[in-house]
Amino acid sequence: MKETDILIIGAGPVGLFTVFEAGLLKLKCHLIDALPQPGGQLTEIYPKKPIYDIPGYPSVLAGELVDHLMEQIKPFDPQFTLGERAEVIEKNEAGEFILTTNRGTKIKAKVIAIAGGLGCFEPRKPPIENITDYEDKGVEYIIKDPEFYRGKKVVIAGGGDSALDWTIFLADLVEELTLVHRRTEFRGALDSVEKVMELAEKGKINLVTEAQVVGLGGEGKIETVSIKHKTEGVANINTDHFIPLFGLSPKLGPIGEWGLNINKNAIEVNTLDYSTSVEGIYAIGDINTYPGKLKLILCGFHEGTLMVQSAFKHIYPDKKLSFKYTTVTGVTGFEKENA
Amino acid sequence: MSEGMIKITVIDREDQSHELEAPTDMNMNIMELCKAYDLPVEGTCGGMALCSTCHCYIQTDHELNKATEDEEDMLDQAFFVEDNSRLGCQLKLKDELDGLVIKLAPV
Repeated sequence: MKETDILIIGAGPVGLFTVFEAGLLKLKCHLIDALPQPGGQLTEIYPKKPIYDIPGYPSVLAGELVDHLMEQIKPFDPQFTLGERAEVIEKNEAGEFILTTNRGTKIKAKVIAIAGGLGCFEPRKPPIENITDYEDKGVEYIIKDPEFYRGKKVVIAGGGDSALDWTIFLADLVEELTLVHRRTEFRGALDSVEKVMELAEKGKINLVTEAQVVGLGGEGKIETVSIKHKTEGVANINTDHFIPLFGLSPKLGPIGEWGLNINKNAIEVNTLDYSTSVEGIYAIGDINTYPGKLKLILCGFHEGTLMVQSAFKHIYPDKKLSFKYTTVTGVTGFEKENA
Repeated sequence: MSEGMIKITVIDREDQSHELEAPTDMNMNIMELCKAYDLPVEGTCGGMALCSTCHCYIQTDHELNKATEDEEDMLDQAFFVEDNSRLGCQLKLKDELDGLVIKLAPV
């Protein structure tokens, strides 16, 4: 089992910077995130948006800020478990926490810091009444292995990059491919849009625009989808798979089941040290709430900084902590764990 | 009607109608207005046209700013999208919107 001092749930900007502040106190951190890359919303939703309220940066792109944070925390050798969702937290006799992810990875930690932002990013599911009945029976929200679709009939819905890219990729592999999109324009990269149009003209794919999938049918597995066209009404087509690709949206997820005080999808904390109602578990950044809360990256940095002081006292109740400026002591990193 | 105030009507998802006094001098948008009145609008992304939680339907024929490519892109990822669909965060409160009626889209 992996072990650490502070297990940080959420590798967004606040979780990342907390590694730095913890490192100054010689506390090691392990970060876990449901997304496959660090940065949280900044990388997933708006990497190219400029942020103007990070002190010292008149303007910084969200993606760049994440890169800088990764560089800043490097000396403290943070460990990452990415693409896995924090699922269950248990406490052992020694008062340590054991967290299990949705893929069964277990991590032992003395303290848990929830920096979960808006929650876990999950695929947006179209509001089709019986869609959950067909999950893993022909409905997939994520394409894991394209080979799975070889020789099959496939319907993809969506108009973004992933819908276009997968349409292009799967066109040669599958028996029949239909792409359904709400309007005639696509928002994806220009050359993928052109390629999809070309495939449609050559009759390699069936492109249905100004339409949406409104129904699913089949006995025990998906057999048909109903496509409603803006003007031409509803048509049923036969298929083996329906792949809706509408991006990701955040859900609070398992965090809501850990016995913490939750108020409007946020965790209530004590502003003294951002501790939650469970001793040893803290919540920092957008996921927490308290009177006067502002959801700002810069406030999250402050919260993480104060939080690690309290975490230190929780981990070493008998040790004295003397506060040092980085201008005085510099930054002394850790030896690499698994170089 | 006081200076710098307009009236916006928001129909919630239970078909309840809320007539809201809306300031035009605070650089606010429809999403922020709904949140200020505690109506069930998440506004998850904070108004960057990046989440569609403020998706609404325009019920009156007010002349609105045209949806940007970013807004259209986001509507592509939303559900229950109709011809009169807009993102509330992309509609700034201004005098011309006095009397506007919007309906919150299902979530």
